[in-house]
Amino acid sequence: MTTEFPLLTIIPLAPLIGAAYNALAGYKMQKRFGHAAVHYPAIIMPAISFLITLMAFFKLLSLPANERVLIATLWDWMPIGFLDAQFSFVMDQLTLVMCSVVTFVGTLIHIYSVGYMHEEPSYWRFFSYLNLFMFSMLVLVLGDNFVVMFVGWEGVGLCSYLLISFWYHEKKNAVAGMKAFVVNRVGDFGFVIGLMLLFWGMQGEWVDGKFADIEGSNLSTASEITHEMAAAKVASVTFRHVAERFENKEFKERFLNRKVFGISLITLIGIFLFVGAMGKSAQIPLYVWLPDAMAGPTPVSALIHAATMVTAGVYMVARLHFIFALDPFLMSWVTFVGALTALFAASIGFFQYDIKKVLAYSTVSQLGFMFIAVGVGAYWVGIFHLMTHAFFKACLFLGSGSVIMGCHHEQDMRKMGGLKKYMPITATTYLVACWAIAGFPFAAGFYSKDEILWKAFSSGNLLFPGGGIFIWVMGAVAALGTAFYMYRSYYMTFTGEYRGGGGHHEDHHADHGHYGHAHTPHESPNNMTYVLAILGFLSVVGGFLGLPHLWHLPNLLHHWLEPVFEGSVNYITAAHFPHIMEWILMGLSVFLATAGWLVARWLYLDNKNPLPAKILASKNQLVRKVHDVVSNKYYVDELYDATIIKGVMQFRLLCDWCDRKIVDALVNLVGTVGKVVGFFHGRVDSGVVDGAVNGTGWMVVSGGAILSLIQNGKIRSYIYITVVAMFGLILINYIKF
Amino acid sequence: MDLQTNSTLLSWMTFSPLIGAALIIGLSLINYVCKCFSKTVMDNLSRAIAVLNVLAVFMMSVALYLSFDGNSTGLQFIHHFVWIKDFNIEYFLAVDGISITMVLLTGLVSLIAIIASVPWLSKIDGHHFTDKNVPGYMVMFLLLETGMMGTFCAMDFFLFYIFWEIMLLPMYFLIGIWGGPRKEYAAIKFFLYTLAGSVLMLLCMIGIYFASGPATLVDGTSVPHTFNIMALSAMGQAGLFANSAPILGVAFSKLMFIGLFIGFAIKVPMFPFHTWLPDAHVEAPTPISVILAGVLLKMGTYGMLRFNFQMLPDAAIWAATGIAIFGTINIVYAAFVCLAQKDLKKMIAYSSVSHMGFVLLGMAAMTPQSMVGAVFQMFSHGLVSPMLFLVAGVIYDRAHTRDIEGFGGLAKQVPEYTGIMGLAFMASLGLPGLAGFIGEFLVFLGSFGTFRIMTIIAATSVVITAAYYLWTIQRMFLGKLNEKWSKLWDMDWRERSMLYSLGVLVIFFGFYPLPVFKLMNTSLIALVEMMRGIQ
Repeated sequence: MTTEFPLLTIIPLAPLIGAAYNALAGYKMQKRFGHAAVHYPAIIMPAISFLITLMAFFKLLSLPANERVLIATLWDWMPIGFLDAQFSFVMDQLTLVMCSVVTFVGTLIHIYSVGYMHEEPSYWRFFSYLNLFMFSMLVLVLGDNFVVMFVGWEGVGLCSYLLISFWYHEKKNAVAGMKAFVVNRVGDFGFVIGLMLLFWGMQGEWVDGKFADIEGSNLSTASEITHEMAAAKVASVTFRHVAERFENKEFKERFLNRKVFGISLITLIGIFLFVGAMGKSAQIPLYVWLPDAMAGPTPVSALIHAATMVTAGVYMVARLHFIFALDPFLMSWVTFVGALTALFAASIGFFQYDIKKVLAYSTVSQLGFMFIAVGVGAYWVGIFHLMTHAFFKACLFLGSGSVIMGCHHEQDMRKMGGLKKYMPITATTYLVACWAIAGFPFAAGFYSKDEILWKAFSSGNLLFPGGGIFIWVMGAVAALGTAFYMYRSYYMTFTGEYRGGGGHHEDHHADHGHYGHAHTPHESPNNMTYVLAILGFLSVVGGFLGLPHLWHLPNLLHHWLEPVFEGSVNYITAAHFPHIMEWILMGLSVFLATAGWLVARWLYLDNKNPLPAKILASKNQLVRKVHDVVSNKYYVDELYDATIIKGVMQFRLLCDWCDRKIVDALVNLVGTVGKVVGFFHGRVDSGVVDGAVNGTGWMVVSGGAILSLIQNGKIRSYIYITVVAMFGLILINYIKF
Repeated sequence: MDLQTNSTLLSWMTFSPLIGAALIIGLSLINYVCKCFSKTVMDNLSRAIAVLNVLAVFMMSVALYLSFDGNSTGLQFIHHFVWIKDFNIEYFLAVDGISITMVLLTGLVSLIAIIASVPWLSKIDGHHFTDKNVPGYMVMFLLLETGMMGTFCAMDFFLFYIFWEIMLLPMYFLIGIWGGPRKEYAAIKFFLYTLAGSVLMLLCMIGIYFASGPATLVDGTSVPHTFNIMALSAMGQAGLFANSAPILGVAFSKLMFIGLFIGFAIKVPMFPFHTWLPDAHVEAPTPISVILAGVLLKMGTYGMLRFNFQMLPDAAIWAATGIAIFGTINIVYAAFVCLAQKDLKKMIAYSSVSHMGFVLLGMAAMTPQSMVGAVFQMFSHGLVSPMLFLVAGVIYDRAHTRDIEGFGGLAKQVPEYTGIMGLAFMASLGLPGLAGFIGEFLVFLGSFGTFRIMTIIAATSVVITAAYYLWTIQRMFLGKLNEKWSKLWDMDWRERSMLYSLGVLVIFFGFYPLPVFKLMNTSLIALVEMMRGIQ
């Protein structure tokens, strides 16, 4: 059951209008009326989206729990045969959570940007891109089918590209943007292939020939197939219809038995779709773009590369739960990649000095946690962590932005320190967010991360030895690492003595630099600190939406999302453990978080402990090697450069060479041969033929008189003669053979 | 099927450019004799005549669009009479769902190209091609439009062939006279290459004519053979050509298929017959590149649909795998070649080769989605590639170079141009929401059922395409401004009028392609159904 709710259209439309306004008129408005003419519309538009989302929420509430689906159909998009891609938006409980996070955090970050970007000459361009991003992200989460989702999917990639290379006059930024887009495109390639496989796999029985027949209808009626029939009978790209088909037992059985290239079709679909998720959500091996993406302005890092866009992969897996839950191999795969990424990225975070890079790797790691959740079938937990992560990671990123601005565009934590004194609000909110991300009790991250680890531990769907325990260990170690490097960044930045300043700072960010400011750190303006305070507050209370069942308190989020994931609930199995086990694990993870925090405190508080410096200076081969490998991010970028990039760059030269020296050379050769033959003929003509011709000149003269009869100047008879001659030749050809 | 004349609109669209051409020639002759106009006046007069004429054709194509019935699979706007009775040749113009989009595209792209051919409202130096022998250029341009329109409208094989050849000649002169430094080489290469294809086509046409069965001309006389494409298609679909006597041991329909296919493949251009295209594009003046990429390439794929698929369906099914292989090579190989180009225009030319590969792949797969996707790709490429060549022209007009590496940091200097170029590039790399995406996506979706491995290989091009376009943007527009270009100026109103209108269309059809689908869906799905029936 769906309910029409046309207002849904406004949710993505409002930011699109904002983007168009600033793109087309922003430059002139900024020049004439100043910044306010740019940023007010840019802030109001996402705020409108947020308000409509709230309206949709109340509308959803008024419906019975299993009928909470709002839909707004705009137009038929690609109605071809049984393909039913409509341009329509749909909102169910899952979309509502996503929409609320995106519009709420998005609006806050817009407000924050007013302060952060106020010295930027291309202020209008920034807000235009930001609004365009909001549009794309909202289309992504509201899309009713794969294709609309894909519009948003690539749209956010584009905006990410535009915003990473926002300060494009530095080549480094431009290259980072390009890298992000191209790596994302690798993911998009996976997404398209997955969709192709799915669409094809749903097309009923097929013969292994070219013109497979389509189940339930032969093609002669394909043009008349309506969307309803398509949904019921043939392939579909609409999420609801695909899910409905998978509810059909017979269909599902047949689908699961299908193989392509000798591999189970469902596995292949899942793997390819997950490649898409890997690209967007920066999982191994496609995570390389995200750390480089920190080249963009910090609000962008907070909005796109922490809170919203990078979670799109998690959202997709949750949205397609009815596919991912079908195959245990797939579930194990997603879980394993998530756990590996969580651990791997956390370890890189240990040795980073750029405050934004620390946060970037921590984002990669946290996204890994989300994939553990959706991998083991705890979809609501994945979304829960997505939401809490959006709050505390946005808070951390914006906090780092505040720090960077306060320290006059310094990002190296070694040149910070002691900022608590200068920027108390930033320091407090940063600490609160660290508390949340490290998973200390009663902060948001505690509930979501703990639930993830518990769900992983108790999962019965995983195929590898040890099952959930194996994943739990990886996750717990990653959590320990998280607590360590997050507090490390806090202590390095905010405690001890200020190490920056001294006037030697080279102000190369001319466009957004602070001219003539004193080189002491300063607290950021109110609009930034208020946003930090709101997000810091939510980093704590956001977790109350999903209180553990163990505590016998109402779990609002789980309850809310339950109907969405109803279809796959039967495939998810969980090993049964006594409650005490859950308590023990909870205690254990608190212990690990505390351990991480204490180590960080011991090593980095006030930056007084000489040990870190000593370790770094150590001559011990093993220490050096480990340090080099980890601080160089395991040389993954270098590996890609040496293999894929180099391969492509060589192959392009080969193709080009082949095109010029073989294909085109052959063409020219044919031309040259023709020329030579022509020259030779000319010689023969003038020497031999002409002699004969001259000798028989008189024949020509007399013959000309006869021939002139047909040379009458009428085009039609010319054609007549030519065609007759042609036909004659053809006929001779026929007779001859 | 009633094929009596019911409209002369198509004839007007096809031949009215000749009126303008005649007018310009007449004026030039008068001027030659009496010297009553200065060069400037004469130039502007011929420009005005050409622009108005092309505009009129465009208006007619709008009228055509408005009164076209998309639900019918039959011919519409028929103009039909016996032309050369002795050879059963008829004058037969009409459109159906397969050709209507191409006719509309021709009207639009010609308008864009003629605007690109006049220097009005624009800052152009004296050496610009638009100042060179203007009346001659305009006459050739109008002649070209006649040829293009006729090719898409002709429903008589012989007439089709004549238009096909008519189009060749003005193109040769337009490249050879108004082109760049290596114009002669490029023009001759283009001419001979295409001519070689036409010879094959001519032979096949005659072969098919003699293999055809009895038919009735429009005036009611019964004849043993016919050039009528509709009648020939009906015969082919009934299996006549499949059962014709083999030639030299090769099945008749397959031999005809190969001959016609090579003729059309040269035009597409399909690997390995594509090397004329980069040369022709690099040397051709901007508007001619626009026409070349926007309309001429589609004649190849249109011809394949009309003749190879519709007339020789059994051979098409036999050849489908081969076509798909070549299509895939086109897509991936050309994308890699793009990555190696240093000349902006050459890169765009190769990207055309790559994108036309999708059309081949989609047609060969013969599913409703892939077929509609292929024709939509023809249409969207007809919008996007003119945009690309226009932006290449904009920078060439100012900088007199197209060396990608030679620029750098232009975004600061010419922001508006950068934005438009970004839009064109994004449309070409298939960003969802822009026109280029729809065709590509449908081809992928539809082709997979038929050619699994090849579709996956073809899909890798999404990454390569993004790489070469973004790399170009990075090298030309981002980074530090190369001081050499600090005097470059941004777009003027003439360029805006062309690029913005194309840009709006590209966005519009990306989100709302339904008008195009409505025109062609019924006909194309009927074609696919027919092919399935044969199988």
